[in-house]
Amino acid sequence: MNCEECHEREASLHFTKIINGEKTEFHICEHCAKEKGEFMPGSNSFSIHQLLSGLLHGDGHVPNTPSSNFIPPSLSCEKCGMSYYQFAKIGRFGCENCYKAFDSKLNPIFKRVHGGNTLHAGKIPLRAGSSIQEKKQLQQLKQALQQYILNEEFEKAAETRDIIREIEHRLEQGRDS
Amino acid sequence: MSLERFISDAISPWMKREGPESDIVLSSRVRLARNIHQFVFPIAADKESAHEVIASISSCMNGENDAAEAENFEMLMMEKLKPIQKRVLVEKHLISPNLAEQAKYGAVLMNDDESVSIMLNEEDHIRIQCLAPGFQLEEVLHKANEIDDLIEKSVDYAFDEKRGYLTSCPTNVGTGLRASVMMHLPALVLTKKMSRIIPAINQLGLAVRGIYGEGTEAQGNIFQISNQMTLGKSEEDIMEDLAGVVTQVIQQERAARKQLQDGLKLQLEDKLFRSLGTLENCRIIQSKEAAKCLSDVRLGIDLEILPGISKTILNELMILTQPGFLQQYAGEVLTPEERDIRRATLIRERIKLENR
Ligand SMILES: [Zn+2]
Ligand SMILES: [Zn+2]
Repeated sequence: MNCEECHEREASLHFTKIINGEKTEFHICEHCAKEKGEFMPGSNSFSIHQLLSGLLHGDGHVPNTPSSNFIPPSLSCEKCGMSYYQFAKIGRFGCENCYKAFDSKLNPIFKRVHGGNTLHAGKIPLRAGSSIQEKKQLQQLKQALQQYILNEEFEKAAETRDIIREIEHRLEQGRDS
Repeated sequence: MSLERFISDAISPWMKREGPESDIVLSSRVRLARNIHQFVFPIAADKESAHEVIASISSCMNGENDAAEAENFEMLMMEKLKPIQKRVLVEKHLISPNLAEQAKYGAVLMNDDESVSIMLNEEDHIRIQCLAPGFQLEEVLHKANEIDDLIEKSVDYAFDEKRGYLTSCPTNVGTGLRASVMMHLPALVLTKKMSRIIPAINQLGLAVRGIYGEGTEAQGNIFQISNQMTLGKSEEDIMEDLAGVVTQVIQQERAARKQLQDGLKLQLEDKLFRSLGTLENCRIIQSKEAAKCLSDVRLGIDLEILPGISKTILNELMILTQPGFLQQYAGEVLTPEERDIRRATLIRERIKLENR
């Protein structure tokens, strides 16, 4: 049987989906399953949590092949003990460290939930974020420096370079302490 | 308890103020989801760690901070409340159903006018909610940010440079911001335009839900519009997108109201007066019919077709006729049939107060 996504490779993962008591079979190859992060059969009539669980794992459709075929059983968070399989089932992280533990799998999920976005662009906490603020500032300053050099505004370039050095120095020291 | 007294207990003080565009926008709300660094999320937390979260937040809200001093925050622990008391808090929108029903070690901190509630150990450690009457998204975000900064003075948040504020649910990560407005849109429903507007709003990445009803069916023509994305956009951009859509919907609703008044004045008057008649005379009324009639009466007030009735009556009665409040007013547990009778009585009494 061919994969319903690419219609090329042999389907090796088979899902059963039940809508209004009607059973529907889904067949997909491992390559496509991986490429999509997780596999979600097209439907938009779920509640947000069903939907989310669907995004993560195919809306509770029990894979006929063991899930370990495409999720290593070892993938779990060492801090709270949550496994990726559990996370996919309940759609909730157990702790902040889960974000690190499951990082390799998160981009496709975030992309779907957040309109293609995977990176934060909003508020930064004042205290915990002071070094992050400085790093952002550093990036902006470096861009400005390039611009000054291109424009041959060497006095401004020198000033900017000094500020950059100062911040870099501060960040270095912060790392040591 | 007299009805006047009961109403004043049931309605949060912030609701009594009139906000901008309040003929269409009932309220604006912002919620920020936050977690504390190095504590596992509530879903995985034990009693001890949950209580530590409560202790650390309550101490920073009642501590030496200037802003906390200016305002008095009261703490309510979920495990100490009766089911009916929790239900009442849900019906006032002060806590989420999830906090009332699921959260084992949940708590809420509330300010005096009930415009700020800080839920603890809900899905996330901290959920700051700010409410305001009418269309005031900027104001509620500003207030929520103030509380956020205040808490952050004594607490390290779970935050990641790449992912932003780390939340239990992947749908909240990034800003942790959910902003929403509650809108009364009877004319768009009557002129059958709502069914075209909802998909258009969805396409812009915003969610539209009917409230007080199960699923997406709007009871009383009240809809909630909120942002869905929390990652990859700044708070300001999220708010701007939402405010832009809300402004459009307000204009559409006003246009539809004018269209009804110009073209179908007699039919409209007939409908609205009949609904008022139903509310004044009913002896048994289900929540769905009550919501429909209340919506009509509210439209009648806004269009000055039904004079002499105060504007807040819809907001009040929408809350007062919920099961939790009906039972609190009755002082006993009621069956659905008994509730329909009590609801009718309460509505009649409330309208009588207007006519004195
Ligand atoms: Zn394939
Ligand atoms: Zn974890």
